[in-house]
Amino acid sequence: MITKDEVEHVGWLCRIEIDDAEAEDYAVKLSSVLDYFGQLDEVDTEGVEPTYHMADIMNVFREDVVTPSLDQKDVLTNTAEEKDGYIKAPRII
Amino acid sequence: MTKWLSISDVKEKIVATSAEEVTASYLETIEKSSINGYTCISDGALDAAKMVDKGEVAGPLAGVPIAIKDNISTKGLATTCSSKILEGYVPPYDAHVIERLKAAGAVIIGKTNMDEFAMGTSTESSCYGVTLNPWDHERVPGGSSGGSAAVVAAGEAPISLGSDTGGSVRCPAAFCGVVGLKPTYGAVSRYGLISYANSLEQIGPMATCVEDIAAVMDVIGGYDARDSTSIDKKIDHQAALVDDVKGLKIGVPDEYFGEGVDTGTEKAVWDAINKFEEMGASWEKVSMPNTKYALAAYYTIAMSEASSNLARFDGTRYGPRSDGENWHVMASRTRAENFGKEVQRRILLGTYALSAGYQDKYYLKALQVRTLVKQDFERAFANFDVLMAPTMPLPAFKIGEKVEDPLSQYLTDVNTVPMNLAGVPCISVPCGSSDGLPVGLQIIGNHFDEATLIRTAYSFEKNTDHNKARPGEVA
Repeated sequence: MITKDEVEHVGWLCRIEIDDAEAEDYAVKLSSVLDYFGQLDEVDTEGVEPTYHMADIMNVFREDVVTPSLDQKDVLTNTAEEKDGYIKAPRII
Repeated sequence: MTKWLSISDVKEKIVATSAEEVTASYLETIEKSSINGYTCISDGALDAAKMVDKGEVAGPLAGVPIAIKDNISTKGLATTCSSKILEGYVPPYDAHVIERLKAAGAVIIGKTNMDEFAMGTSTESSCYGVTLNPWDHERVPGGSSGGSAAVVAAGEAPISLGSDTGGSVRCPAAFCGVVGLKPTYGAVSRYGLISYANSLEQIGPMATCVEDIAAVMDVIGGYDARDSTSIDKKIDHQAALVDDVKGLKIGVPDEYFGEGVDTGTEKAVWDAINKFEEMGASWEKVSMPNTKYALAAYYTIAMSEASSNLARFDGTRYGPRSDGENWHVMASRTRAENFGKEVQRRILLGTYALSAGYQDKYYLKALQVRTLVKQDFERAFANFDVLMAPTMPLPAFKIGEKVEDPLSQYLTDVNTVPMNLAGVPCISVPCGSSDGLPVGLQIIGNHFDEATLIRTAYSFEKNTDHNKARPGEVA
């Protein structure tokens, strides 16, 4: 079970604003999915290594050389607010 | 009657008329369409075709129109993942697969509708509204690459690209009666694919025949340094187009024919397996005991990865920006107002599963179960060349039927998610019908053994008439 308070806390962690009524609805819908995930508890995984990834590779290195990249102008075309070649965002603190 | 053209039909038509005329005729068909398969049409399609006519571009797909799922970046052409949060976003670069397609002469005709951020099995969560199944307009086309499957089935493109995180190419291919391949993890570069669950997903082609699947794979497959999970292994898909399954050993996993599998679907799949026996293959049942936990493990992993991958959509660099007195409020509002409900649910659940105190219980546990699912496949492939099962446990469901209960929709992915957990390649091919709706046979191969997969699917197609069935003239 996930409570309404937990929904609100998680909403803050992942930066999704949730109002009171929504939090109630989420608590119900998310709980039924978490119950379903709970069936994983039945599986004996003692000593089983986790698989993060299917590709059988570890670290992928490349030479530290400069290669062509996107033009600054092209990168900035999609932002809501631009100033002096930078992306402008509201203050963070 | 819907007109289906294969790549070789398209090439013949280009010789008889021109690439420009072929593209123009597809654009005309799209113009009259009522299925809502495209999210946008490329302004540059006719110009690209003209370049082929002038001989400025050549290659194995010269002049062949292709539809692209809306989560694959196309330079200068809107790419939104069918989400309001990417409204107005126009990528400044092409995905690796798009570079390859353009170099091969293909004509990018437009972007196709999908479940928002590829999260779904029905295309109903798109901000553009659902795509209609060409076989029955009251039914979903499947998802999440519903648009890509539906436009091919409706004759609005000869070939398309989708992406498959937990069945998103194979499910709509099955529901719309076309062929769809999910390659081995690492076989196709994900550079430029907007990530949902990066350890699970692959870009894959959809077409009306296996030959076209092989042709597209030979163009888009192969190593790319910009995707650090790309594997340097050469596969010649077209060389595998051989009609011969003599001596092929087929495993039939019991667990994929479990409770809730539609009777018509089960019959069509068994008829297909018996047909293979007639053609000289042999089959045996095999048990894959961890299958029943695959779905819960898959969703736990997919949602956890999604919560991280989708953090970048915060109103800062692209997409709409809501008002807020500081960045945190701005981002929280932008995300609440522009992500759909299903996407919000998955981000919330993923964040919860990764949060302090729950990480071992959910995320780590799911990764351990993933290992067990992978071992099921390793054991099976020690004895069999391929595995066969229904792609979907049921044919296309009605629009609206599973919207209110997310879990009921998740459950329909039971036969497609284990392959993404294990990273193995698989293909869905039409194998008949249930209540007048197409049924897909799923053929599963070992890592990087796409050749056996293509040969098996191609042989089936050559010895049956199932892929000749068209919407409106049910076989």
